[in-house]
This record gives sequence, C-alpha cells and structure tokens, in this order.
Amino acid sequence: MSLSEPEVAKAARLARIALPPEQLPAMTGEVNGILGWIAKLQAVNTDGVEPLVSVSGMTLPLREDVVSAGGHAAEIVQNAPEQMENYFVVPKVVE
Amino acid sequence: MSLTNLTIAAALKKLRAREITATELVSAHITASEKLRGLNCYITETPEQALSAAKTADARYMAGNPLPLDGIPLANKDLFCSRGTRTTAASKILENFVPTYESTVSQKLLDAGVAFLGKANLDEFAMGSSTLTSAYGTVESPWKRASSPDVKLVPGGSSGGSSAIVAARGAMGATGTDTGGSIRQPAALTGIVGMKPTYGRCSRWGVIAFASSLDQPGPFARTIEDTALMLNHMAGYDEKDSTSARIETPDFTSGLDKDIKGLRIGVPKEYRPEGMNAEVAAEWDKGAAWLRDAGAEIVEISLPHTEYALPTYYIIAPAECSSNLARYDGMRYGLRVAGKDLTETYENTRAQGFGHEVKRRIMIGTYVLSAGYYDAYYRKAQRVRALIAQDFTRAFEKCDVILAPTAPSTAFGWDEKSNDPIDMYLEDAFTIPASLAGLPGISIPTGLAKNGLPLGLQLIGRAFDEVTMLCVATTLEMAAAFTATPTIMAT
Repeated sequence: MSLSEPEVAKAARLARIALPPEQLPAMTGEVNGILGWIAKLQAVNTDGVEPLVSVSGMTLPLREDVVSAGGHAAEIVQNAPEQMENYFVVPKVVE
Repeated sequence: MSLTNLTIAAALKKLRAREITATELVSAHITASEKLRGLNCYITETPEQALSAAKTADARYMAGNPLPLDGIPLANKDLFCSRGTRTTAASKILENFVPTYESTVSQKLLDAGVAFLGKANLDEFAMGSSTLTSAYGTVESPWKRASSPDVKLVPGGSSGGSSAIVAARGAMGATGTDTGGSIRQPAALTGIVGMKPTYGRCSRWGVIAFASSLDQPGPFARTIEDTALMLNHMAGYDEKDSTSARIETPDFTSGLDKDIKGLRIGVPKEYRPEGMNAEVAAEWDKGAAWLRDAGAEIVEISLPHTEYALPTYYIIAPAECSSNLARYDGMRYGLRVAGKDLTETYENTRAQGFGHEVKRRIMIGTYVLSAGYYDAYYRKAQRVRALIAQDFTRAFEKCDVILAPTAPSTAFGWDEKSNDPIDMYLEDAFTIPASLAGLPGISIPTGLAKNGLPLGLQLIGRAFDEVTMLCVATTLEMAAAFTATPTIMAT
C-alpha cells in the first residue's frame, strides 16, 4: 500500500511538524519507499506469536507511592524558553 | 612511548607507580584533541573540567588512595546528560540545553575518577550510521583510503565522534550508545573495540532517549581489557531506570585470559547473503579459523528470521522515537519558534529544531502507531521481534557465542551513499538482530581490507554473559594482533 500526499500531510499534523506544501511530494516519496520496504513483514507467519514488548523479561517494578524527591522547581524551569517565578510561561491557550 | 598511545590498563599502572601524573596524561590528550579539531569529534570540549579532574586524581595518587580509573581521559557521547555542560544530542532543538543532572553512567565513570575531555559528536538523536545527520557538522574519520586519500570518510555512527577520537588517539576511551549498532558499527569502521552490553546492564537514566526498548550505553576503547575496565564502571542496577536489570555486576576483566577450548562458536548461515562483500566474508572465515585453532568448536547455526530484522527495527525504532521525541514541544526546554497559536508554535518549533532524518522517522513512527495501522505495523513488528529473539534462544542451545561480521563493508565517503535512506539503513544489517533480542555484542578490529581500511568482527553473547563473550573477544584480539593505525593521529 502507498500513502497519498494528504495522508502524509495528516501524519505531519499528528506529529506536530510543519511540512510546507513544496516539501510534501518529496516526503511522500521517501515515506512510501520505506513503508514499501517494511511491508515484507506481512509475509511472516505470526499466528499465535505473542508480541515482544520488552526483552528485559520482567514486569515493571513498583515502588511505594511516597514522595521521593521535590523542591527542585528552579532547576526544572532552568532550561525553559520562557519562565516566571518558577513557572513555565506558555502561549495563551484559552481565549 | 607517547602518552596518547597508552592503553588505559598501561596508563593506570604508570599512574599508580607514579611514573606519570594524571595532569600529564590529561594534558597530553587535551593537546591531542586540539590537533585533531579538524575531525570535528566534539560538539563541546571541556578541557578545564578534565584538568580539574586530573588535579584531584593526582592528589589521590599522592595520598595513596586513587580511584579505579583515576585520571583516565575519556570522551563522552553528547547523548549523556552532563550537569552544567551543554548536552545537544547533535540536534538544533537542544542547542542551548544545559542539564541540571548527570546521567547514571557518566556519574559512575566520574565516581571512578575519569576526566571527560568533551561531549562527542553523533548522528542527531543517535539516528544514523555515519554522523552525517549531526546538526553540528559531520565527523571525519582519521582513516584514509589508500587509493583516494583526499576522500573524507565517515567514522560510522551514531557514536562517530566517540569512535573517531579514540581511533585518532585523542581519548583513551569513550562512552557510546547502541540502539541498532551505534557502538559496534563505528568501532568496526575506525579499527577500535566497541561493545553493546546486554539490554538492562547499563542504566539509561539521563541518556537522551531514542528507542527505549533498544537503547543501551556501552564503552569504546582500543583493547578488550580497556573495554572491560570501562564497563566495570558503567554497569549496574539503577532504580531510576525501570528496565535496569537487578543482577549482579561481575568483574568483566575476570575471564579475559581463560582458555576457549571446548567453547562452541556459532556461525549463522543467514549472515552470508548473496552478493556479500568478499573481503568481509573472508575476514569472517579467518576469524572462525583463529577460534578453531584456539580450541573452539565452530558450529553452523540458523537464525531464520534474519532478513526481517531490519524492517522490524524500522517500525519499532521510529514508533518509539515518535513517542519519545514528542517531549520536544518548545514549552519546557529546548528551542521555541513562535506561531500564531499553540499548535503552530509546536509545528514551527519541531520543523526548525529537527533535521530531516529525525523528521522522517517521527513521521513513519506516527503513521505506524496511528489508528487503523497499529496492528498491521507495530503489533506485527513486535510479533516478528519475538520470532527473532526466539531464533537466538534456539541458536544458543547449540553454541555459546556467535561470530559474525560487524558491518557490510569498510568505511564509506561522506558523499558515497545514495539519497535512498534504505541504503544507509543496510549498514546495520549484522548488528540489528542482536539489538532486537537485547543481546550483548562486541566489535573487534581484526584486519585491513585491500583499500587500507579496518575490518571488524562481531561476537554476540547470551544475555548477561558478557564475560564469556569478552573471553572469546580476547582470543580474537590476540590472534589478529591488529596494530594498524589511522592516517591522522595526534602523535
């Protein structure tokens, strides 16, 4: 199967990557090339095979639900593009 | 002997015997790194930190209580977060990112006394096999092709800055990360040793994530012993990484000089596809002969799903990368490029912050995880991954360690791959299957091709049996007696 340009534009929107119309044909070609190549997996018989989610062979560990760290607000916002009084400043989202 | 030609083990002996000081050793490597600047191995150099670490190390040597790797100058891949030092993942989106914490692996090395010379260049977010995708310029391999010395070659990737600086004698060792071959392939292309430990052996905490079910930190060095010495101070359980293995860390140097008599070495028949590079195939045969001569038994094994490993990887890795890289939204850290509303700000930030290969993988990942395609692509790939892992489990009933080539050819030029991304993806054909199965692998330099460039052989071990793999690696290292050095060297 092959993706149309609108489908590639939709994936770009879902991925929140601006894709100018002039780049759409090239990206569509590249994505289809890769998807065509990975399509060979459909030939493998995987009936009854459980998906391998992790090779670690263990269930994820749980810890006590207690506070283990805190008080690092200043460090956490240190790399923010914009910050104020230990808060992240983000674009206005509510009109 | 020049200080930059020493192995880590030899340098430690001299340091402990007080024949040299850590400051002399580190200074020699800083000078070397300056001379090698044209190779573009580092994104950020940290000579002051290295000298300060050397001074502290010297005080401990004077006091007679040195740390295990005190004063050893290493390069640190710029994917490991370092407290107070810019960490970019070779991406523009993290151009000004200064972590406030240190990755577990680099902290363990610092606790062992090492001096980090700088943050080594890599493919953007570790996505590549050449360093061509770095936003900070490509790394040049210190090796030259005999027939065309003017052609700039790649040092492999993604950990290409690490491999190039160690090969060129600018650092005694380096950290790397391996998701589909990013330690083993660059080691092979630059004539050094590179090892990917078992998934879960080294903590991923503080390592900028690419594909979390595959990413694994590991060491680069010029000998097996140095590799094992470094791994001793990188491995270990870490409660901050939920997939870190709760398993004892052995002394990885403990079995190096053991006899391999009676060990069974598996040679997978599917790793010899039609049209395989003849010199790579011959090198592989030579490796098998060396191990046979040393008393091992060579057995043919079958890994029947090998041909599906690359497509499986190129579904799973992009899927995980699209999820992991969703965090780069321009809100909490990294680049922000304003748009007319929030969505456009996200889209502009990510369009300008990410390079082309990263965008392409995020797009593929987003698509294979999207509603309606999840089962056909992602679930299917996870099922095939189970079959690939099962191939190895069955193979290890017949053998103890697997011998294979590391890379399909010697290093290639900056402009020698086609525009087809799959052409580059094939670089990792021999390394990706073990990655999908979470197994340890190591590349050992064993010889030169007719073009004068290094060839490496790969060993793959059972999960958490790095000790046996390192023992066989030492046998190969001794038999190969690889002493060739790159054209460009610091000394």
